[in-house]
Amino acid sequence: MDFLRPASWEEALAAKAEHPTAVPIAGGTDVMVEINFDHRRPEYLLDLNRIGDLSEWEVGEESVRLGASVPYTKIMENLRAELPGLALASHTVASPQIRNRGGVGGNLGTASPAGDAHPALLAAGAEVEVESVRGSRLIPIDAFYTGVKRNALAADELIRAVHVKKADGPQQFSKVGTRNAMVIAVCAFGLALHPGTRTVRTGIGSAAPTPVRAKAAEEFLNAALEEGGFWDNGKIVTPSVAKQFADLCSAACNPIDDVRGTASYRRHAVGVMARRTLTWTWESYRGTRRTTEGAA
Amino acid sequence: MRVNFTVNGRQQEADDVWEGESLLYVLRERMGLPGSKNACEQGECGSCTVRLDGVPVCACLVAAGQVEGREVVTVEGLADFAKQRSCGTGGCGTSLQDSQHWDAKGTDSQTGEGTELSPIQQAFIDAGAVQCGFCTPGLLVAADEMLERNPNPSDADIREALSGNLCRCTGYEKIMDAVRLAAARQSEAV
Ligand SMILES: Cc1cc2nc3c(=O)[nH]c(=O)nc-3n(C[C@H](O)[C@H](O)[C@H](O)COP(=O)(O)OP(=O)(O)OC[C@H]3O[C@@H](n4cnc5c(N)ncnc54)[C@H](O)[C@@H]3O)c2cc1C
Ligand code: FES
Ligand code: FES
Repeated sequence: MDFLRPASWEEALAAKAEHPTAVPIAGGTDVMVEINFDHRRPEYLLDLNRIGDLSEWEVGEESVRLGASVPYTKIMENLRAELPGLALASHTVASPQIRNRGGVGGNLGTASPAGDAHPALLAAGAEVEVESVRGSRLIPIDAFYTGVKRNALAADELIRAVHVKKADGPQQFSKVGTRNAMVIAVCAFGLALHPGTRTVRTGIGSAAPTPVRAKAAEEFLNAALEEGGFWDNGKIVTPSVAKQFADLCSAACNPIDDVRGTASYRRHAVGVMARRTLTWTWESYRGTRRTTEGAA
Repeated sequence: MRVNFTVNGRQQEADDVWEGESLLYVLRERMGLPGSKNACEQGECGSCTVRLDGVPVCACLVAAGQVEGREVVTVEGLADFAKQRSCGTGGCGTSLQDSQHWDAKGTDSQTGEGTELSPIQQAFIDAGAVQCGFCTPGLLVAADEMLERNPNPSDADIREALSGNLCRCTGYEKIMDAVRLAAARQSEAV
């Protein structure tokens, strides 16, 4: 095994081009487990820790450019207002020690259906900035997950950053597990209200071969909210609408039975989380509407 | 490969390190510092917790090559680390030899009297927070870091900060007591 230690992003891209089988290592919280247990013996490890840019973020007009190696702890502490869904999701990852090392780049690299960043990224709307010596491209988050633990990266590409849309409305993240800390999701659900475009977006984790959006449920809810004038009148979402939304979210799942839970439990739990996160975000939307109207 | 890094305030060098080796292995097997425990090697138990550039991490999940040029504090250097923090001077760290011979026993194995202990270590002894002791080093490093950040933690803060450290013996109540005790003593001292 060789340990490659590029000091800059350009050096890292050159190393990856020269050794396409090299395994990048950022926080190491996925890679080291595999090496410690002899599940993986890469020819080359490509250390990204020395590339400082990867641990930085920039808050822009429309979106946050989040460096691939920004640890979850930093997201929780610094980006709560801009990326509430991702900050909530980050807080549910493992433990403080793991959150101090692991980040979204590694979560995307592993592309596990159970990765907690994915539902939040799907719901918020995001693009993955990847680069190789050939050039750089932005992959829409919906096109990033290509199979169980597979993603759209080419062999010579590295993830530079994720561009996540800044929240224009309330966002929530919910996760089912046996305890609060150190839990891989049985299933998870992210929801973001986008009052600017009068749309709702979702993300489902651990209930299909890849993280997915519940697109039919989103379309149904978008239409129902529009039709009932809910965005303007700020009324409570009708229980029948919430129920239909929840059922459609369950239907978007394609889960399996495994040690963490059964397929039917997952389908059921996703429906429950969909209804709850809709209620929480909608209540908060109504609350902010009231205060802004009251102030006007 | 060779790895150079700072351990408990002193520059150290490890030779013939395998490229896939963890920081935990280097500390325990190459530097003779078995304070950081190896219980799971998968980040689940926190018994290998050390500070990497000040940040608590699982040493079992850090590749040795990643610590080149960086600073590591282990439980063996905790007393000295805490002392320097409280007096604010840049001391001279703990040598490998002193770290290797560091011993909580002192002149009296019951009370720990005569040993240089950090306040959190003393509080663990006083509160009876140690049974088999396997989880203790990781808990000490994690708790010490929390008290540095947050001198007046609520119970919820303590639980959150220690949520990555498993203990199979104590049921955690005495550990909670110990951290509360260390926090109270710390605020009295100020
Ligand atoms: C005890 C424990 C508990 C965990 N709990 C959770 C949990 O609750 N939720 C959760 O989502 N995850 C969990 N994980 C998994 C892991 O912490 C996350 O997936 C984390 O986001 C990985 O980030 P990392 O930087 O440590 O990745 P690494 O281990 O460094 O890398 C992971 C993968 O991504 C690739 N990679 C990393 N950076 C890049 C890059 N810039 N470009 C291209 N590829 C890259 C690597 O080659 C590797 O394939 C847990 C892990 C452990 C050990
Ligand atoms: S040995 Fe590192 S977390 Fe258990
Ligand atoms: S005292 Fe035995 S594991 Fe904690």
